[in-house]
Amino acid sequence: MTALASLTNVSRRFGDQLALDDVSLDIEPGSILGLLGPNGAGKTTLISLLEGLRSPSSGTVRLFGGSPGDHRNRVALGSTPQETALPDTLRVGEVIDFVGRHFPERMPTAELAGDFGLTELLRRQTGSLSGGQKRRLSVALAFVGKPRLVLLDEPTTGLDVDARRTLWDALRRQHEAGATVVVTSHYLEEIEALAQRVVVMAHGRVIADDALPAVLARVALRRVRLVSPEVERIATLDGVVRHEASGDGTTTFYAQDSDRLIVELVRSGIPFSELAVRGATLEEAFLTLTEDAPEDAPEDAPEDASESEGARS
Amino acid sequence: MSTVQLTLLHAKYNLIETARIPIALIGSLAFPSLALLFFVVPQRTVADDPVFATQAVISLCVFAVMSNALFSFGLNISEAREKPWDPYLRTLPAPGVARVLAHVFSTGAMGLAAIIPVIVIGGLATAAEAPLGNVLAGFVALAVSGLPFMFIGICIGYSMPSKAAIAVVQVVMFALAFIGGLFLPPFLFADWLNTISMFTPSRQARELVIWAVQGGDLEPWVWLGVLAWTVVTFALALLLFRRDEGRRYR
Repeated sequence: MTALASLTNVSRRFGDQLALDDVSLDIEPGSILGLLGPNGAGKTTLISLLEGLRSPSSGTVRLFGGSPGDHRNRVALGSTPQETALPDTLRVGEVIDFVGRHFPERMPTAELAGDFGLTELLRRQTGSLSGGQKRRLSVALAFVGKPRLVLLDEPTTGLDVDARRTLWDALRRQHEAGATVVVTSHYLEEIEALAQRVVVMAHGRVIADDALPAVLARVALRRVRLVSPEVERIATLDGVVRHEASGDGTTTFYAQDSDRLIVELVRSGIPFSELAVRGATLEEAFLTLTEDAPEDAPEDAPEDASESEGARS
Repeated sequence: MSTVQLTLLHAKYNLIETARIPIALIGSLAFPSLALLFFVVPQRTVADDPVFATQAVISLCVFAVMSNALFSFGLNISEAREKPWDPYLRTLPAPGVARVLAHVFSTGAMGLAAIIPVIVIGGLATAAEAPLGNVLAGFVALAVSGLPFMFIGICIGYSMPSKAAIAVVQVVMFALAFIGGLFLPPFLFADWLNTISMFTPSRQARELVIWAVQGGDLEPWVWLGVLAWTVVTFALALLLFRRDEGRRYR
């Protein structure tokens, strides 16, 4: 099967900052591709290259066999405005019509509105919508032109659980209707709920590209925190992926199966105290993945990376 | 969709967006007519003289075109740079030229809407007069001499945030209007002020349209000036546009 879109050895610099570093990626028709990574990993940059908003510093980006910068190649592309920036004074129905009329074949406004729960809002000006309603409209716009490929950049950021699930359901329906979807997120939960194939990015590079279960196994880590005089011995126990010392004298071990690690720990007779176990945040899991990657990960990764944002805490 | 259809589509929604905030229209739509009504019509020495009255009407038409171009381009561009809606529109399958032309059209339509009441009031309440052919020639001259204002608006839009752009557009607009003789006829000016005035695009636009409508000699400084302002402001607008592409995405 030919790819709908592809990146070949693509790098993109902003000044002296390297946002994308030699990324190669093929997007084949059919699946929902999850693009997972912490903030600043290069996800948005990658999407904007596919949308034709920016051009790569080096390498080639192809969309439906041509350049994404050419508007004719974007006829079968659906994208969504970032940060829910809709023109405040236009009505919901007008925005859908405005965008829809760019496409040779389009979904009727009423049908699209029904799918995304916007039917009651068609006469409202977008400035009066709630955050969740704006987000639903933004995502709906990506589908109005009956696209073959849809790019969604953080479609549910800032939504509550209910609103997120409503949107996920709508996305799955659209996917079943035939659209290939690329969705970026820094929520593992979201990728888990939607994606079949997952690409993990960090520091502008692709560090994992695999089927969902395989990536989950690598990313879903538990952290075991304790105080022990024999840290190095614990680190050699089965299942420890990585460990690090905290400032307060405790040591944190990352393992895929924390239960087994603790059984091993007790069996080994190594003395320990102040045991605490919890899910690792996605940021912590990413750090493990980046250390696996051939290139050395920067040591100055922020310690205070917001733990609440992790999916499995 | 052809480029023409897409241009009309974007122009239509530009206008809907503008029209939804009516108060924003007052400055650019109503002000020229009000100025004519309050400052020209009561002054019967001007209003009853066909030549002076026609010139006053033309001056306010130039003002209408100028303020629309400055406001529309200056404010819309600086606002669009702050909102991600514009980058989103660029991901739609529409060529860039359609969006730019749409902007020119919608601004042109607003300019026309501001000029028509000025012409109607001028025709009814003053002695201003001109044959239809000359009026049409005047519209062409207006469109041509309006280009520098459009480019100045673009420069303002790309060089500052929208809150600053509002203030700067107002200052530039009133400065150009007064010095260019759009509110007070230049024959009232002192010599030194008249000399400065001849270098402004507003004065040159006024003289060009007056020549197109009333005939007479076209002094070289008028068309040379319009040409020079067009080239210089276009180059600057292009420069700022290019620089912005690099800076917006840091």
